[in-house]
Amino acid sequence: MSPGVQEVGLYVRDQEEALAFYVGKLGFRVHTDVRNGNYRWLTVQHPDQPSLQLGLFKPGPPVLDEATAQTLHAIVAKGAMPPLVLGVDDCRAAYERLRAAGVEFTQEPTSRFGNVDASFRDPSGNGWKMIEARG
Amino acid sequence: MPLLRIPMSLATIFSSMSVDSETQDPDLLRRLLRAKDRMDAASHEDWPVPRLARVSRVCPAHFARSFKQAFGLPPHRYLLTRRIERATALLRDTDRPITEIAFDTGWESLGTFGRTFRDVTGESPGAIRTRARAAAYEFGRLPACFISAAHRPDLTISVSEKRRREGTDIKAPDQKEIP
Repeated sequence: MSPGVQEVGLYVRDQEEALAFYVGKLGFRVHTDVRNGNYRWLTVQHPDQPSLQLGLFKPGPPVLDEATAQTLHAIVAKGAMPPLVLGVDDCRAAYERLRAAGVEFTQEPTSRFGNVDASFRDPSGNGWKMIEARG
Repeated sequence: MPLLRIPMSLATIFSSMSVDSETQDPDLLRRLLRAKDRMDAASHEDWPVPRLARVSRVCPAHFARSFKQAFGLPPHRYLLTRRIERATALLRDTDRPITEIAFDTGWESLGTFGRTFRDVTGESPGAIRTRARAAAYEFGRLPACFISAAHRPDLTISVSEKRRREGTDIKAPDQKEIP
């Protein structure tokens, strides 16, 4: 195991819905899916990046109290979580494929300074920028 | 006396409604975000409240209040900040004439654009263009979309209020054009 970031988490409103989105639409794979009562540790990974796990967590008891969870749900639903960036080989092709799969795009592919980028949101409201970097 | 109870109970309901968006239903917030996203994607278009309300699947009568509660400013003013942000980016990143930028970012006349731009940012479009280019090197390593967002004006008050405070509200006949 090499030193570095191994896992980062997102808050989602519904883990089943998030799983269907990240695995079923974006093509991520399930890394870990473990339940303990109401608690579910669910992480996925990009097929080309096995070293990083993306956690899909629903805020709530027993980890967080209801009031805190409600605050986090509101923040996610308002799109106020920090930006996420997904690198792709071909932004326009990925856009066409994902849009056909029903992904909610908030910005069509746009060329800026040699890069092409588009934006989409997951069902919860987390915003992704999808960037095809200049080679 | 029963007639008096109706307004009183309404007042109770409204006073108990927090202005905090944390009390708003996350499903409603998600739909309001969709309207905000649509304005972001096409800020040059007209976004009257009924159109935004349809995107959010909210009753038009409640849309503006819900939006403001969620995002801290009314939808028309949010749109204005995005237009100014986009115009600023175009002034900085392109050599296109200011007139073209004005029409492309949703204004119907160069005069309205220039005046609103000055009222919001404190500088004329031409001055911003000169200054932004001089400072461009500082942002060389940031993705373009985040640079753009960093230049979004923070409009905590309406433009007409801003004008009034600065004592520049002398062109009253044009006020209706300002969102």
